[in-house]
Amino acid sequence: MKSFEEISKLLINQFPSINFEIKSDVKFEPYIIVPPNQIDNVCLFLRDNIDLQFDSLVNLSAVDDFNGEKTKDEQGNDIMKGGTLSLYYHLESIKYRHKILLRVLTDRDNPSVLSVTSVWNSANWHEREAFDLFGINFINHPDLRRILMPYDWEFGHPLRKDYQNPEFYQGMKVPY
Amino acid sequence: MSVRTEEMVLNMGPQHPSTHGVLRLELTLEGEIITKVVPHIGYLHRCFEKHCEVMTYPQIIPYTDRMDYLAAMCNELGFVIGVEKLLAIQVPERVEYIRVIMAELQRIASHLVAIGTYGADIGAFTPFLYCFRDREKILNLFEITCGARLLYNYIWIGGLSHDLHPDFIRLTKEFIREFKPNLRELNNLLTYNKIFIDRTANIGILPLETAINYGVTGPMLRASGLRWDLRKDDSYSIYNKFDFEIPIGEGKMGTIGDSWDRYFVRVREMEESIKIIEQAIEQIPDGDVTAGIPKRIKPVVGHIYSRVENPRGELGYFIISDGSATPFRVKVRAPSFVNLQVLDVLCRGHMVADVIAILGSVDIVLGEVDR
Repeated sequence: MKSFEEISKLLINQFPSINFEIKSDVKFEPYIIVPPNQIDNVCLFLRDNIDLQFDSLVNLSAVDDFNGEKTKDEQGNDIMKGGTLSLYYHLESIKYRHKILLRVLTDRDNPSVLSVTSVWNSANWHEREAFDLFGINFINHPDLRRILMPYDWEFGHPLRKDYQNPEFYQGMKVPY
Repeated sequence: MSVRTEEMVLNMGPQHPSTHGVLRLELTLEGEIITKVVPHIGYLHRCFEKHCEVMTYPQIIPYTDRMDYLAAMCNELGFVIGVEKLLAIQVPERVEYIRVIMAELQRIASHLVAIGTYGADIGAFTPFLYCFRDREKILNLFEITCGARLLYNYIWIGGLSHDLHPDFIRLTKEFIREFKPNLRELNNLLTYNKIFIDRTANIGILPLETAINYGVTGPMLRASGLRWDLRKDDSYSIYNKFDFEIPIGEGKMGTIGDSWDRYFVRVREMEESIKIIEQAIEQIPDGDVTAGIPKRIKPVVGHIYSRVENPRGELGYFIISDGSATPFRVKVRAPSFVNLQVLDVLCRGHMVADVIAILGSVDIVLGEVDR
């Protein structure tokens, strides 16, 4: 079992060129910020390193940080420009019983992150969900389709904080 | 002379009784052998996570009931534990005991549905009625406690909505006394039934490494041979005070990790839950269950991942608080959602009729898959 500090030290030694941000002063769960174009290499290392063996991706959550520039459109609805979307990866090693939380920040206007499906198969549906509800584009994902919303839903990604309901969907009034 | 063959795509569901709700499976067949299964979900999507962003923390609890509607008590427990950690409050010991009793009764009730419908799916209708007869008794216990039979809103942040009914302990003991022989009867009726074993043993084998890589948890993971239970391995509430075993699949009728193992792990888990309830009702202390409920629920800024062992696996809530009375984001890691992914691997190479046997052994609740 390794502590958060030991795991982050191992990561920094392994990837000297990557600029990790170690957030250990957070109140409940310390985490490491990983750049979106390196997340698959980092995850592969975390899974295959003999002392770490993070063999299970427990959870993958997408979050709309809603921290850009707030403007209003003609109808007076909030519209967000810029800012970030976050992905939180909760990893766990069943053998050593240690856990780690990774966070990836991606541009809100053009979100794209490398997929970790090749590392853990369980990421497949989690990433599809993040794509469906937040519009995050996962590069190298084998099957990036909507999962919870209808396949023909063309009104955006509902869990974004500035999402507007469409007036009609296939002839049905939506806010009934 | 060779006969021309081609693949056939068969649609199963969404309105199909053995899909346990509204699940559509797109089966690709080579003759009668399955080469690929693509599940289509989302028919029951009710925007739980979007709702959470506009409601206060106590208002969310009834919505958590409606995810895994067969295990509503356990859903509430997971959410409430997370918020209590964010608020840094300690709940009275009596509350913890009652929570454990309720969660374990709920586990039995949920497994009874899983087992009963599993039998019904593959042709054994009698055990279904026997299981529902016993489940009804548990629902009666819940009813005298909080008035509801399925969706309770019982476990609150910092406490409970009602104390136990004066008759609860007596009735629970009575239930346990009646249930133990019923369980033996169920084993004779279904578990060791020749036809049942033929239909389930060596069907849908899930190797341990595949299970871990797919994030499978709960009875499915344990049936593949790993002793992993959050009640012991990441202990929450007061589970470390009780003495109970974690049953795993042993491949008694076929191979480790087959459908029969998954079924049998659930049967044995009910015995263990009985053990926990027996210990808990012996030790339960006195106290006030509503005194600790905070008037104002505004957690500090921060995020937490709280997880509990649901009847179907690991239920996790990732809660982000921005310091206001409503959460900034709640993401649910639903066990059925993750477990369903592995269906394709399980079904490949089997017959169409086996899909029903395999899907029943996965034990999904669509309310939770789609949220």
